[in-house]
Amino acid sequence: MNARGANGRDADGRGTNARGTDGRGTNGGPAGARAASDPLGAPTARRDGRAKVTGAARYAAEHTPPGCLWARSVGAGIARGRITAVHREDALSVPGVTAVLAHDNAPRLLPGADPTLWVLQDNRVPHRGWPVALVVAESPEAAREGAAALHIDYAEEPHDVLLTARHPELYTPETANGGHPGVRERGDFGAAHAASAVRVDGTYKVTGLHNHPMEPHASTAYWEDGMLVAHDSNQGSTDVRNDLAALFGLAEDQVAVINEYVGGGFGSKGTTRPVVVLAAMAARHTGRPVKLALPRRHLPAVTGHRAPTLQRVRLGADAQGRIAALEHEAITQTSTVKEFVEQAAVPARVMYTSPHSVTIHRVVALDVPTPSWMRAPGEAPGMYALESAMDELAVAVGADPIELRLRNDTEREPDTGRPFSSRHLAECLREGARRFGWRADDREPAVRREGNLLIGTGVAAATYPVYFMPSHATATAAPDGTFTVAVNAADIGTGARTVLAQIAASALRTSPDRVRLDLGDSRLPAAPVAGGSSGTASWGSAVHKACTELTERLEEHDGLLPPEGMSVGADTVQEATAPSPYARHAFGATFAEVTVDTVTGEVRVRRLLGVYAAGRILNPVTARSQFIGAMTMGLGMALSEGSTMDPRFGDYAERDLASYHVPVNADLPSIEAHWIDEADEHLNPMGSKGIGEIGIVGTAAAIGNAVHHATGLRLRELPLTPDRLLRDLALAGLLPVAVPA
Amino acid sequence: MKPFAYVRAHSPAEAVQEYAARPGARFLAGGTNLIDLMKLGVESAQTLIDVSRLPLDRVESGPGGALRIGAAVRNSDLAAHPAVRERYPVLSQALLAGASGQLRNVATTAGNLMQRTRCLYFQDPGKPCNKRLPGSGCPAIEGVHRDLAVLGHSEACVATHPSDMAVALAALGATVHLLGPDGERALPVADFHRLPGERPERDTELRPGELITAVELPPPMGPSLYRKARDRASYAFALASVAAVLDVRDGVVHDVGLAFGGLAHRPWRAGAAETVLLGAPATPAAFAQAADAELVHARPLRDNAFKVQLARNLAVDVLSALAARAAGAAA
Amino acid sequence: MAGKGARAGSTRQRAHPEAPPRAEHRSAVTLRVNGEERTLTLDHRTTVLDTLREHLGLFGTKKGCDHGQCGSCTVLIDGRRANSCLLLAVAQDGARITTVEGLAAPGPGGETLHPVQQAFLDHDALQCGYCTPGQICSAVGMLGELAAGHPSLVTAPGSRPGLTAEEIRERMSGNLCRCGAYAHIVAAVQDAGRAPGDAAGRPDGDPRHLQDGATP
Repeated sequence: MNARGANGRDADGRGTNARGTDGRGTNGGPAGARAASDPLGAPTARRDGRAKVTGAARYAAEHTPPGCLWARSVGAGIARGRITAVHREDALSVPGVTAVLAHDNAPRLLPGADPTLWVLQDNRVPHRGWPVALVVAESPEAAREGAAALHIDYAEEPHDVLLTARHPELYTPETANGGHPGVRERGDFGAAHAASAVRVDGTYKVTGLHNHPMEPHASTAYWEDGMLVAHDSNQGSTDVRNDLAALFGLAEDQVAVINEYVGGGFGSKGTTRPVVVLAAMAARHTGRPVKLALPRRHLPAVTGHRAPTLQRVRLGADAQGRIAALEHEAITQTSTVKEFVEQAAVPARVMYTSPHSVTIHRVVALDVPTPSWMRAPGEAPGMYALESAMDELAVAVGADPIELRLRNDTEREPDTGRPFSSRHLAECLREGARRFGWRADDREPAVRREGNLLIGTGVAAATYPVYFMPSHATATAAPDGTFTVAVNAADIGTGARTVLAQIAASALRTSPDRVRLDLGDSRLPAAPVAGGSSGTASWGSAVHKACTELTERLEEHDGLLPPEGMSVGADTVQEATAPSPYARHAFGATFAEVTVDTVTGEVRVRRLLGVYAAGRILNPVTARSQFIGAMTMGLGMALSEGSTMDPRFGDYAERDLASYHVPVNADLPSIEAHWIDEADEHLNPMGSKGIGEIGIVGTAAAIGNAVHHATGLRLRELPLTPDRLLRDLALAGLLPVAVPA
Repeated sequence: MKPFAYVRAHSPAEAVQEYAARPGARFLAGGTNLIDLMKLGVESAQTLIDVSRLPLDRVESGPGGALRIGAAVRNSDLAAHPAVRERYPVLSQALLAGASGQLRNVATTAGNLMQRTRCLYFQDPGKPCNKRLPGSGCPAIEGVHRDLAVLGHSEACVATHPSDMAVALAALGATVHLLGPDGERALPVADFHRLPGERPERDTELRPGELITAVELPPPMGPSLYRKARDRASYAFALASVAAVLDVRDGVVHDVGLAFGGLAHRPWRAGAAETVLLGAPATPAAFAQAADAELVHARPLRDNAFKVQLARNLAVDVLSALAARAAGAAA
Repeated sequence: MAGKGARAGSTRQRAHPEAPPRAEHRSAVTLRVNGEERTLTLDHRTTVLDTLREHLGLFGTKKGCDHGQCGSCTVLIDGRRANSCLLLAVAQDGARITTVEGLAAPGPGGETLHPVQQAFLDHDALQCGYCTPGQICSAVGMLGELAAGHPSLVTAPGSRPGLTAEEIRERMSGNLCRCGAYAHIVAAVQDAGRAPGDAAGRPDGDPRHLQDGATP
């Protein structure tokens, strides 16, 4: 089966994303100005846009039920040990403070759920910043003062927080995140590598990274007639509802979790966080509603993060750069609370022909905060390493890096031997090269100067798997010709509301403005998390199924509908769990042009361009925002985002937004996203792949490769900050003024 | 943050009197750093004396071409002031290189000088810090210190002063005017901030109860320029910065003011470099020699040696740009 | 000693649940918010941001970091953009405050969005929406600063700044957007700035003082 070629078309030829795709990455005209006959695929303005630009959209901490109290959490002041005493007197004497919850008085939780939620239950401190107390007060000011006045005594134990490649307690996990096997091996890597004409061996280092959604994690919780209600900032309120029910020993219908508006998550709100558990405990303890918004500085310890990785990639290839042997070893850390393994070696199982291969994860449990999902876990750091190594291989064999990737393209997923349902990596590379103005004849490093600036261009491939999870949805036709579709999806800024309404309207053969779309409330039909770039596929399939069935039922129906209308429910358990004979992944290519200032060591990106093959693009407006948004996060990963584990104290040093540098507007002079309109019948009824994460995947490597092209330096460590650049520029004699002997 | 009383002063004299009358008082101007630190539990006050509305909000030309800047002038207004843009571009640039548009709209001249270090340990009351809690130790020396000092630090403290504005003021030879219980006095801005020594809890030479009333700039000695290196393109503190004023006549340095930011506990007036430069040819080689004369005293920590190279590069670059401008103007 | 399952009843409710701070620690404060005069008795520690959100129910202004590091809380104070998280309400007594809720113009057929708000919709200059009110208020203030000729770091010395993408990027860098909508934000601000009418000036966001660069 040839999955490539025929279906790959430049979307510009189809006109769906032709507008404004060039120059500064802006959408040309008003979003949604044009109505297409099929709402699916039409550029459609964000449904919640008006609520968001007027300030009407209410987020989790923006509900103040009568009698509401404000809470402030207190994190452990040691990296490992036991709480020996909680001295509440000073905190409780603060006017306005009503309660101090700690392990000695907090409501008991039932075991079984995620152990990171097991807060205020015992005196163990597994890492610095672990929630050890909650101060509840009549005002935010009193809660803050009370938290500062709380004294906790600890019995401190020696801690171990530093990840090293030779840590004696490194082990090979059974599985890494996503259920991927910890180790995969094919052929005889050692022999093939030894026999290869060209060998590349690089060790790449990515620091801890923090999600830092703009809305800090927050919950407003109250108990009403035995029912727990929580407005909570999360990426999936069905899962949060289930966790709360389990923790508090309630039936699922005794818990309601509402996440109507969510101020970003990027994975950090993909699992239930202690915030909602603490708020619910405090509400039960005080008998009043409680609002808890985490201070920004608490996020790195409590809401997950991307664990640091030390990755070694070894490639063995023939003189043309065709890979015979590939080894990717990813060393990372988890906490003592639970195992989370960043699956950084997994993309090497997907990307390139590699008859002899070892991909392995090694992990050590340290006294550190528990890592978790951050946009494209596994792929983002893993492809930084692999795509940097591919660039090194291109240099080693003297091939253009695009050509090198084409030589290693594969029709079957190397790890499984399964054919790809679609794979248009080559088209993305070629289309990107055309749009970017890639020059294969200009690959000599460190020769393009503008004054004190060195200029370079780089490319990297991207990939992200297709996930599809079971979901429920209902569709209701009202007598007046309008429809209501209900699915407990979460719109964390992706445009889910908008796209699901398009999917519904398409199946109902109506226009989206006749479809009301209800999401963000656990009382709606159960649905999976907005994670793994799977939301649209998972929720959308259920919506599509319900709406298709409703349409059929309506066609069979004679006469007027009853006042309550006609409803159809659907679930996709069968579809989502059916095994596919295909390997299903999205692919892409990212191009970057950088300047390296030889005076300051500052690397700045001049242009960033991505081309993606991610199935059918259901809404070019929101899709473009997803792509460029993730690319922007990739730029941060490449240049400025980094977190240092403080060995003495056991916390990440850069915990605020002044020291943890997410990109600012001035960091992005030009960013563009394009796509190949890809038809793939082996996905879901919409023909879509996920688009929320792939944008981050190739970006850091493309920028790092561009820095190599600019300077000839291969830093192999992110972020590419001036301290690192200056050191290497000096060693390479690239400073503008000679260093005295 | 504990509750505090609040009074609004209507004159500088009243502000100073209120301060003397109220134990645990602090002056509040724009508050962009003070409120930040009070929330963190790093700063505290029993009374805040609001001096933001004092009639210290004017920029006035003085005798002989000097410029007197009121303590309450907002950073954005100062950066936009025609006299500053035209005659002291280094000051305008330094202000605009700092913080963000909305912070500059609120932060004041005096408050900018009074900023405290962004050392991560100083900002975390859960950890030792000699500046915050004298005698508790300095974890930064062995800890996370890439952004910290290479010049003038001590065994007790390796903090850097975060201001951009103050670096320009140091290069310009500005004077800080103070009003205290004992009357008025003035200090060169380069002497206003201290080195940490054994008393890192004291950032400045300000005496208890003294209020900054104005900053005075001498007449400009020549063209000037500010350049800052940082981790992202905007809205980040300096890894290092350079402010320079250069008067070149016939290819020779007639006068110079040079200051470094991000290297020390105070804006670092580069006296040794200036001495080398006076009378020297205005060439990159001479500039490098001058920078080296200053930076030879640097004592980098484990992870911040790059700052020495960075400061050297910046100094040569900025002085060369000014010299080229002078050569262009002369031609 | 860990967890006997008992709740410490004695600490459940404190003696002073409604206790306000002592008299010397609070003041009556009058703020003119979106054209409406509001007088409240506030703890001196209360920021403008918390006043808007927790006392006035104006949740349009967002708390992203509470330390002046993200710009989500940007409002217009007497027409100038400022981080409301770092302003004490008591120190702003008498100030005119414009929040995102006060930008649209009321009309008979519903409110008309401010040109900046409309441009954000037109360019899909938002995703999660949490930074959006701060971005919009910042843009309104920024356009006023630009119109008044205030320089930025990227303005050529001696020249008057224009409504270029480079100027907008630098001037909007005090507003973080983790969703990465920057490119669209720049396009939106540029569009709004070019639109006929005065995108920078609103009834409560009087930018007149900006004509006079010397004093606020």
